[in-house]
Amino acid sequence: MTLHEIRELLDARVLAGKNHLDVEVKTAFSADLMSDVLAFAKPGSIMITGLTNPQVVRIASIVDNSAILIVRGKIPPDETIALAEKLEIPVLSTKYILFETSGRLYANGIVGCIRKIEGPGSVVPL
Amino acid sequence: MSQKYEFSFPVKGDNFDDAGKASIQIKKRLKGLGITGDVLRRTAIAIYESEVNIISYARQGNINIRVTDDNISINIRDSGPGIADIKQAMQQGYSTANDRIRKMGFGAGMGLFNIKNCSDDFEILSKANKGTLLKILINR
Ligand SMILES: Nc1ncnc2c1ncn2[C@@H]1O[C@H](COP(=O)(O)OP(=O)(O)O)[C@@H](O)[C@H]1O
Ligand SMILES: [Mg+2]
Repeated sequence: MTLHEIRELLDARVLAGKNHLDVEVKTAFSADLMSDVLAFAKPGSIMITGLTNPQVVRIASIVDNSAILIVRGKIPPDETIALAEKLEIPVLSTKYILFETSGRLYANGIVGCIRKIEGPGSVVPL
Repeated sequence: MSQKYEFSFPVKGDNFDDAGKASIQIKKRLKGLGITGDVLRRTAIAIYESEVNIISYARQGNINIRVTDDNISINIRDSGPGIADIKQAMQQGYSTANDRIRKMGFGAGMGLFNIKNCSDDFEILSKANKGTLLKILINR
């Protein structure tokens, strides 16, 4: 799906990166724990989170997320949006909760970055 | 001809608003040196978790990076309280993080484990009340 299509599907507001929504997205990672995003998110994936501080944008830049999708209708502070514009990372905000957001994307062909964790440090890929 | 690059970034403890800033700049710099893909990614992630640890637990620190044709070696030094039990600190889930750290999306006790996972070689040296030194090696 493109970010345009994701925006439409989730009735999301585009808060940053208006001109970067043609990107095709295949994977996503949902988390409120940034250590997990650093550990498991794949380049090009979309980060789905309930956090809104500027950290989220810096983490997305480190792991090369294609976009940040904020759930529960939260609106990030201005500094988060300004940083996202500067680093050219699209930020979308949807009113759906994390579960609904993830489920709707999954139903439309978006998959997770990994499948599961089998034991300490043992990642089962898709 | 073999080339060597070395540079350092200071990190101030307790400066939560700036968490990640040094890591972003270092990543940019490494990219400029022609480091890409998985090597760049692992380096950036290891440095990010280390930077967050300095901000969370130490008064101040320094990230030193040395790049050669063969590897990237990162020394992260801080003058914080040190880690009394390194084995315990390395365990997934062990954390002494406060609410502020958790609000930022950290403090689940995954940081040092993530750093180790990203490294080809990883060592922690620490002395109580003196500080901590992380030595990270990533092969190119
Ligand atoms: N630089 C440091 N100085 C002092 N203590 C540290 C440092 N880094 C880590 N620690 C200790 O080790 C624990 C585990 O660290 P880490 O694996 O990064 O997880 P987290 O930061 O999520 O707690 C911390 O909660 C803290 O008690
Ligand atoms: Mg940590």
